[in-house]
Amino acid sequence: MKIDGGDTDTPRVSPPSASSTPTPADVPVRPTLRQRLAAWDVRLSPYLYISPFFILFALVGLFPLAYTAYVSVHDWSLLGGQGDFVGLQNYREVLENPYFVKQLVNTISIFLLSSLPQVVIAVTLAALLDSQLRGRTWWRMSVLLPFVVSPVAVAIIFGSVFGDRYGLVNELLGAIGIDAIPWHTDRFASHVAIATMVNWRWTGYNALIFLAAMQAVPRDLYESAELDGAGRVRQFLSVTLPMIRPVMVFVIITSTIGGLQIFAEPRLFDETTARNGGPDRQFGTITMLVYDFGWQLRDLGRASATAWMLFILICVFALLNYYVIRRIGLLGGDDR
Amino acid sequence: MSRRPGFLVYGLLLAFVLGSAAPLYWSFLLGSHTAQVAAQGVPPLLPGGHFLDNAQRVLDTVPFWKALGNSLLVSSVTAASVVFFCTLAGYAFAKLRFRGSVPLLVFVVATMAVPTQLGVVPMFILMSEFGWTGSIWAVMVPWLVTAFGVFFMRQYLVDAVPDELIEAARIDGCSQIRVFWHVAAPAARPAAAVLWLFTFMQVWTDFFWPLIALPHENPTIQVALNQLQSGFFKDYSLVLAGTTLATIPLLVLFVVAGRQLVSGIMQGAVKG
Repeated sequence: MKIDGGDTDTPRVSPPSASSTPTPADVPVRPTLRQRLAAWDVRLSPYLYISPFFILFALVGLFPLAYTAYVSVHDWSLLGGQGDFVGLQNYREVLENPYFVKQLVNTISIFLLSSLPQVVIAVTLAALLDSQLRGRTWWRMSVLLPFVVSPVAVAIIFGSVFGDRYGLVNELLGAIGIDAIPWHTDRFASHVAIATMVNWRWTGYNALIFLAAMQAVPRDLYESAELDGAGRVRQFLSVTLPMIRPVMVFVIITSTIGGLQIFAEPRLFDETTARNGGPDRQFGTITMLVYDFGWQLRDLGRASATAWMLFILICVFALLNYYVIRRIGLLGGDDR
Repeated sequence: MSRRPGFLVYGLLLAFVLGSAAPLYWSFLLGSHTAQVAAQGVPPLLPGGHFLDNAQRVLDTVPFWKALGNSLLVSSVTAASVVFFCTLAGYAFAKLRFRGSVPLLVFVVATMAVPTQLGVVPMFILMSEFGWTGSIWAVMVPWLVTAFGVFFMRQYLVDAVPDELIEAARIDGCSQIRVFWHVAAPAARPAAAVLWLFTFMQVWTDFFWPLIALPHENPTIQVALNQLQSGFFKDYSLVLAGTTLATIPLLVLFVVAGRQLVSGIMQGAVKG
């Protein structure tokens, strides 16, 4: 109905709209004030609508980025403010700090432990949800439940669940005859515990994204696969997975950006009062080092240098992920 | 794949959902027992009767109500700001033709990949210059607009508002701003609600920046939880009662608006 009305309207009303932008050959008379206002309205409005966003964005998004680089090449104390230009001195000091490499390795280790299993479980969960379930909405909402719990709360809860002496996990392990694991003191065990927090909070969220992608797969692809005699598993591997690959890239890259910045979980998992990621910093991360340099050692220069290196790390990992997935994608394409 | 699922599918899903809910129950469980019981490992699996006592101790230990009020204020104000400015800009990118629109949009999308924590040092210096450190304004400023918001609204409005409708309104003599207000804004409402929810939750759960910007006596809820947990002697009945209390507001939001949240995540995925 609406489309019909629009179609019949168009020829009737297009002449006046054409005359609002007169060409010299067309009408020699100057456009009326009203017409000129309308023309200005059309031309300026877009800029008017985007400028509040861009002005604020420049202030809270762009300026801080650029200024971090500026601060990172100066002596800059939290209380005293700007000092001398020191070139790359801050970067050198950060790189020579023994904790930098250790916390870099921790960050990458926690990230790998959280992202790889998470994608696998989320895709499986999405495949389970992608069927004619009874109470579909209820299931979808249920898997999203952990997403509303803040990372701080997650860290506190899991800090107790993974308690070294009386934690739930160790009690359960004890019940089946396995020795208690020192979740807080052992380096690898602590990474597993922290990765579990991340996985718990994000798996359902990512499963919903995969589910949406799976539902967008044209149904006739499955029908023709079935005609070719492909079983369910084969259909999943040869139809579903290749079709959701772009969404997988999206999920992996966003979880890279988020995962490498991890802060609240390891900070609150630490039960010592220093809160630096364990007495030996066995689970301290790069963002915790930014906090440590800036707000515990009160050296904003080194904090900025660390932040920039974190940024570079994220870029490298995002590109690496993208490249690896494209490679897998190419191989998958050859296969078909 | 549309098939009738069997018991196995329901069983696996149920196991996953129980795993999702169990840590929350654990938090409430330990928070409802006395400090002595909570300190001795796994308590009886039914809640004890001490949740309200523990909650009272939470209120005595940290400025909980102040933190709750701060979090509510910061999250709702920033969410409203993001929705307003990003809908306006998103509409311009989706429906209006102007010089530079494509490069500007690409630029906005590219900045989505930049980690927010990269900007904390200058943000802190800036807030100190303004004399806002320690005040609740400092926590709002970094969240007033987001690149994601513009991208999200643009993606939605491209399809939600037919070009014919805008043209028809223009021909009827509507100025641009009236077209936005009477045609685009009503059409944007569902996406705006989802964006509001997302931003609210993001700001509510944010920890790094409020930890830096706010002092002990004027915290957000996450910073207050951090204080609660930083005692020298760890009393899990107290800490987990506080954690449960702090999680309730978002649980309520989840029950009320979970459906929208689910559909928002799924829509964003297909278009993103």
